[in-house]
Amino acid sequence: MATTATAHQTKWWSGGKSPFNMEYGKLMMWYFLMSDAFTFGAFLISYGSIRFSQNFWADPNVVFNAFPGAGHANLPLAFVSVMTFILIISSVTMVLAVHAGHKGDKAGVTKWIAWTIVGGLAFLSCQAWEWHHLITGEHAVLVDGHVELIGQTMRANPWGKLVEGQAVVDALKNTSHDNLVSLVSMHDHTTSHDVLSAMSNDALINKLDVAELHIREKGPVAFGGYFYGITGFHGFHVFSGVVINIIMLIMTQKNVFEKKGHYLMIEKAGLYWHFVDLVWVFVFLCFYLI
Amino acid sequence: MSEAMHTTSAVSAAHGEHHDEHHGHHKETFITKYIFSQDHKTIAKQFLITGIVWAFIGGLFSVLFRLQLGYPDTKFPILETLFGHWAAGGQITPEFYYALVTMHGTVLVFFVLTAGLSGTFANLLIPLQIGARDMASPFLNMLSYWFFFGASIVMLSSLFIQTGPAAGGWTIYPPLSALGEASIGSKAGMDMWLIGMALFIVSSLLGGLNYISTILNMRTKGMSMTRLPLPIWAMFFTAVLGVLSFPVLLSGAILLLFDRNLGTSFFLSDIVVNGQVLPNEGGSAILFQHLFWFLGHPEVYIILLPAMGMVSEILSVNSRKPIFGYMAMLGSMFAICILAFLVWAHHMFVTGLNPFLGSVFVLLTLLIAVPSAIKVFNWLTTLWRGNIRFTPAALFSIGFVSLFISGGLTGIFLGNSTIDIHLHDTMFVVAHFHIVMGVASFFGMFAGVYHWYPKMFGRYLNNTLGYIHFWVTMIGAYLIFWPMHYEGLAGMPRRYLDKRGWVSFSQFGDLDKMITVVTVIVFAVQLLFIFNFFYSIFKGRKVTTQNPWGANTLEWTTPIRPGHGNWAGEIPEVHRWPYDYAKDGRDFIPQTEPVGANESAH
Repeated sequence: MATTATAHQTKWWSGGKSPFNMEYGKLMMWYFLMSDAFTFGAFLISYGSIRFSQNFWADPNVVFNAFPGAGHANLPLAFVSVMTFILIISSVTMVLAVHAGHKGDKAGVTKWIAWTIVGGLAFLSCQAWEWHHLITGEHAVLVDGHVELIGQTMRANPWGKLVEGQAVVDALKNTSHDNLVSLVSMHDHTTSHDVLSAMSNDALINKLDVAELHIREKGPVAFGGYFYGITGFHGFHVFSGVVINIIMLIMTQKNVFEKKGHYLMIEKAGLYWHFVDLVWVFVFLCFYLI
Repeated sequence: MSEAMHTTSAVSAAHGEHHDEHHGHHKETFITKYIFSQDHKTIAKQFLITGIVWAFIGGLFSVLFRLQLGYPDTKFPILETLFGHWAAGGQITPEFYYALVTMHGTVLVFFVLTAGLSGTFANLLIPLQIGARDMASPFLNMLSYWFFFGASIVMLSSLFIQTGPAAGGWTIYPPLSALGEASIGSKAGMDMWLIGMALFIVSSLLGGLNYISTILNMRTKGMSMTRLPLPIWAMFFTAVLGVLSFPVLLSGAILLLFDRNLGTSFFLSDIVVNGQVLPNEGGSAILFQHLFWFLGHPEVYIILLPAMGMVSEILSVNSRKPIFGYMAMLGSMFAICILAFLVWAHHMFVTGLNPFLGSVFVLLTLLIAVPSAIKVFNWLTTLWRGNIRFTPAALFSIGFVSLFISGGLTGIFLGNSTIDIHLHDTMFVVAHFHIVMGVASFFGMFAGVYHWYPKMFGRYLNNTLGYIHFWVTMIGAYLIFWPMHYEGLAGMPRRYLDKRGWVSFSQFGDLDKMITVVTVIVFAVQLLFIFNFFYSIFKGRKVTTQNPWGANTLEWTTPIRPGHGNWAGEIPEVHRWPYDYAKDGRDFIPQTEPVGANESAH
């Protein structure tokens, strides 16, 4: 940069000027992000320490295999890839907003900030769907010799080791009528619920293909706490970022930056947004890929 | 390119001129001047006075539980009058005792010695000593105080709820703190503790970000980093420590809140309460200790560093000598700062930590002795053959050095895991950290209050009361905490409310009585100080000269009662380091004086 090249003889640290040629707000933002990195670092390291102290951990390819509208199709990590893609694109639009700000281009800033907000909201909506699906989706789990249907909550995890053979057959015999009805209806979409309810337990069991059932033991409880805790905390950051971006959009519209003569605030909001994006990369890595 | 130029102009504008324009025609109401003030000096006073209120509460708690420890057989009917069923029959109940020790620790560590100490002096001294009109962001600075105020309200309210405040010790270890059914001190009071601390962390973060960016960005012309007075360096390192370590406590607090209220199992596994098996599994209570002490250890330096910085300044001014080893002081503070992050597990030697890992933490812990010793020798050599003025501030500073040595030496005992296994959770630990971090930092704080009171209020504190305050507190502190070393070496546990069951500790009965009596006396003398503080605001001897201590730093170039913006005219330029005392036959040479033709710059 030409200005820094001509000023290279200036004594940057001798007082009277910013040693980084940076306005204080940006400096604060950098230090805040460092601080926030420690918050997320503490969460992720806690998660790692618990996860690797356990003998068994749920396989992300099994947990995250659903896609909206795709029914029971097995699409491991497809949806989270879409989410990640959305967030990364929103970082690109943020870069474009900052770039437009450098040029003092109000219309450009407005456009790209608006797209960034859309991206953030889209990500949050995806996360809401994913959480909802995990919490309400029922999975067959072997509990005390019978089969129960449980979702992925903070208190329970349905993705333990697979149970096979005679153990499944025995467990089905001890399973309640209601649970058997639900189990059958998961695999048989043609018979109505009323018809299934009227059938006897043995008849229901006969309709089930034991090899297809994928009955599992209970998985590690800590999975849910960390997953919802950390992705929730990240989602909260995305939400704050969207709120900040909306404020930036309003301020741009009201010509606040035009009057100031610079769009530094957009740059600071951008730093925050990129940080949130970067954190997602680590969350993605730790929960979905490993 | 244009961006860079914009930035430069924005920076220089933010730096000096813009405050001048709203001098004069900026009408201030009572509310903007004293309540929601954005003036760093007012915010400093708000932190200080809130801190004094908390110190009174926290100190009073220690008097109460010392009554129990010193006189376990005696009934004090007044306690029942004041505290009702918490002190049924005039004796402190176990629940009350645990609530008292927990809140004593929480209040003094966080609300007094963190917010009250660095909140006060970072706010007061940073703009004044670096030559700035105010903090980088006066608004965030104001928010920082009000978040602290909010935290204070939440924590104070927890004292008055039916089940009482948190009572699991100030370290709030789970599982005790995670399970409401485990004790009444783990019910609503514990949630309020966590929420209060979360607000406190926000306050500390806002403050810290401001301190850092102000020190880096807002220094006046000529004020290079190595011309900064030592208190400013100390505040800088303190802020960095806070910004990087408090978030980890925040993580731990959030997870603990989830465990308490949402049924997660972050810190819980295989637990039976009152014969009932809990469903939680897979968590680790030790994990919480790691998260807690990753803050907890830097926290002791967050408390200690501001005191060290102010003591360095006050000792140099009052011995009329340059500080000995300015760069060594910086280097040792930096080393302490780095090591602060690498020693947390020395609080956890007896948790079943791998002994090999323990030995690494022993090594890193003992390394802290090196920068600490450098600082001690520098203070002593600053005093050595100085022309010492024994003002109350100077006495408290010398007292600080004494306490830091005595308390620091026992740190070497505790830092060794082999000895710590015997001494862990005994009164020896209580003695160690109260002397080195509690009382020593209080002495630094007192020194700062006595030294900068004229700058804060344009009046002096009463000297005679100051001398009484110093000598009684100094002698009292040693009388209280020295004997605790013997108790601890004999194996007497801390946090126990009644030790009469052990014949081997009966020999310490009279010693405990003595400690309690001295505690009451020392507490009374602190009330004398509080009286002195508030009385002198209105009736103290007026300051008549701009630079009453003959000091070099910039705060003494402002008017006696500086307004918002600090300097009436231009901000002075700085030409030399702040410690030119007794140089070339002159008593002191202020930082604003250019280096003469025949003079060698430091």
